Amino acid sequence: MAVFRECNSGGKDRSAEDRRRHRQLVEKAIKKNLHEIVAEESIIGQNKDKKIKIPIRGLKEYQFIYGRNHGGVGTGTGKEKRGDIIARDLISHGPGQSGAGTEEGEEIYETEITIEDLINYIFDDLNLPYLERKKLSQAATVVNQKRLGYRTKGIPPRLAKKRSVMEKIKRRQSRRRTDPDFARDERFPFHEEDLRYRFICEEKRHQTNAVVFCIMDTSGSMDHTKKYLARSFYFLLYQYLRLKYTEVEVVFVAHTTTAREVREEEFFHRVESGGTFISSGYRKALEIIEERYNPAVWNIYAFHTSDGDNWSEDNEQALAAAKELCRVCNLFGYGEIDPDDFRITSPISRFFQESPAEKNFAMVRITDKEDLFPAMKKLLTLEERLEE
Amino acid sequence: MADYTLAELAAWGERIEELAREEGLNFYPQEFELCNYEDMLCYQAYTGMPSHYPHWSFGKAYEKLKTLYKYNISGLPYEMVINANPCIAYLMKENSLLLQILTMAHVYGHNDFFRNNRLFTAGTRAELTVETFKNHARRVREYAGDPSIGYERVEQLLNAAHALRFQTNRVVGEDRLSYEEYYRRKYRSEQERTPDHPLLEEARAPGDTNGTAGRKRRIPPQPEEDILWFITEYGDLEEWEKDVINIVREETAYFLPQIETKIMNEGWASFWHYLLLCRLDLPEKLRWEFYRYHNQVIRPTPGGLNPYHIGYVIFKYLYEQQGKEKIFEAREVEKDQSFLRRYLNLEICKELELFEYMKKRDEYIVKEIADEEGWKSIRSQLVKTTGLGAIPVIRIVEYRPLDHHLLLEHEYDGRDLEMNYTTETLRYCAELWKGKVTLKTRINKEERIIHCDEKSNLSILL
Repeated sequence: MAVFRECNSGGKDRSAEDRRRHRQLVEKAIKKNLHEIVAEESIIGQNKDKKIKIPIRGLKEYQFIYGRNHGGVGTGTGKEKRGDIIARDLISHGPGQSGAGTEEGEEIYETEITIEDLINYIFDDLNLPYLERKKLSQAATVVNQKRLGYRTKGIPPRLAKKRSVMEKIKRRQSRRRTDPDFARDERFPFHEEDLRYRFICEEKRHQTNAVVFCIMDTSGSMDHTKKYLARSFYFLLYQYLRLKYTEVEVVFVAHTTTAREVREEEFFHRVESGGTFISSGYRKALEIIEERYNPAVWNIYAFHTSDGDNWSEDNEQALAAAKELCRVCNLFGYGEIDPDDFRITSPISRFFQESPAEKNFAMVRITDKEDLFPAMKKLLTLEERLEE
Repeated sequence: MADYTLAELAAWGERIEELAREEGLNFYPQEFELCNYEDMLCYQAYTGMPSHYPHWSFGKAYEKLKTLYKYNISGLPYEMVINANPCIAYLMKENSLLLQILTMAHVYGHNDFFRNNRLFTAGTRAELTVETFKNHARRVREYAGDPSIGYERVEQLLNAAHALRFQTNRVVGEDRLSYEEYYRRKYRSEQERTPDHPLLEEARAPGDTNGTAGRKRRIPPQPEEDILWFITEYGDLEEWEKDVINIVREETAYFLPQIETKIMNEGWASFWHYLLLCRLDLPEKLRWEFYRYHNQVIRPTPGGLNPYHIGYVIFKYLYEQQGKEKIFEAREVEKDQSFLRRYLNLEICKELELFEYMKKRDEYIVKEIADEEGWKSIRSQLVKTTGLGAIPVIRIVEYRPLDHHLLLEHEYDGRDLEMNYTTETLRYCAELWKGKVTLKTRINKEERIIHCDEKSNLSILL
């Protein structure tokens, strides 16, 4: 007679430890493929808590397995004829595949992580030690005042009248108890020691005002891949600045021979024909700064991405405008995107290089997704140096 | 519990057991464990074992199963049964009464198969299953907890051992001979041999004896398919490492009969659950549910192969054509490959609507269909890819002690190895071996030599 019994797992989750370890390894794998993920994720100005879905390749359990060059046997409908072509996906497995781990192929998981997680991964990857990171996020501060109790010393405007009266009453009461001669209606003036002053604490807060200028060359010469790289680049920079400042505004400036301020969608989806005057983009940015973002109040970051094409008559003006931007910005970066790795240096970048550089000017070159990180790193180290 | 009580379940169980015995099934004492779906997923992830050593791959298996289940891509298994004495099967509480009845009947089929099939009786010791796995788990945990070893090293070792776990001795239940023993026996048999042609032998004798005595004994004497065993014997491993590798080997040996008899085992169990349930005289409502589920279990997978389906159809055919004795004989002595080779015929091929396909570039093209000319080719192809046939044969052909170099050779049968997996697995192999490993294989019929040195650097020679 068979035995029937209840499962006695005792509420213990048996797989918990192995699942944790698996997740940990997956996380490690995510970090390893970080640049890929960042490049493929296309959200720039998003909330930190927004969850994004990223596909990650499953951790593979490698074994010697057969590839797919060979035939097999399948169950059909009885109507197959020799020579029929059956869809590739129709045939999934041969028999005996039930043996653990003999299935081939890509296992793609979708994992949800928040943008904040992603940023943390990035900073882990960039090897910014924790303390330093904290410093960065607190670096820019404003003073906010907050009451914090009372003190016996202070300046007259902060005199706490009610509190001072209370102190005086206390003193009088004790005097009356200890001194029988003390008359009830005797005059009892304020004394220095009665006075109480409000204590004001200086509270440190993140500086709020930062604006990022994303300037991009949207002329026809910026093709799909280039935009893709540019987008990833901006995403990283934006996220980095989000760490430093609680409020970051983003301004998108698209330019060909003329420049316009656009919205994010337009910024990445617009293709225009025409030539390129880089200076137009810079001038537009300067104009907007003048109008809305006073450099005395705002931390301004400007980044320009371009494929390096510029009409040569514009080079001089571009340089002049760039210098001007350097003056008003905390950091001005020029990123050259050249996925074809076609030139060693473009005319404009050579031009920038040869000119006396401002110390807050940085030039990076991105030919591939893999370059995004080094580019980021370069800009960040410059930013840190400037802060010191 | 939905629409039944434990007592009801036990009553059904009793009737099924009675019927099964009447029909001549010969099984281990049966134990059913009722669990919820999460426990079920857990059991499934840990190969059904009540205890198992930890490794992240089981966590991954769990997550994967759960995801598939969550998105309704695959249902939970109705049944999960392990080859042990007493036989343990899990019943999921969420299942309906009929499903439980069906599962129980199915389980008795498996139980009988475990107890009687040659591969299981020769290759596993059912009465020790649970204890063995528990013992393995304890040992691995001990190593992981040992400060001089630690979790990560154990994990790394397991990663590598798992990569090679199916490169094992393919003959179930065969006793392992050490190479010394092999040579000793060979020498003895040579001594004892009475020559067929005494005159010729005599003429050759002096040189020959010198040869056997003086010749350096080749290691391995014949190509060795048990790579893990070889590494524990000739590699440079610590005792605990050898032990962990042997744990993995023992586990593979335990599962080998199941890999080799998937079609038969499931077919047998399906055949019996159908027969037993028909005899159970179910009330009409349950009967309809029974037909529905039964058809679900044995329905063909379009384009693929459902072992339940194939096994069920063959056993049913055999039963109808040759009677009960025949199927009992088949379940005892065959494994999938021999079972198919012996009993798959044109008629069954037609009923199963099997076809053979081949691959030309990106397209899969129907090569043979189930008719007079085609079915034999289908059978051969099926046999070739069933059971361990789905796992490449890779053997150690030479060991060069001078530079601690291991030479592997893939027995090429027209199927290419998946390169990405091959190179990574080779890395694991070199890691375990702590030395150079070279694999000879063919891609598109052209020879390739893949070399992995002790620093895990790969090079592919054409």
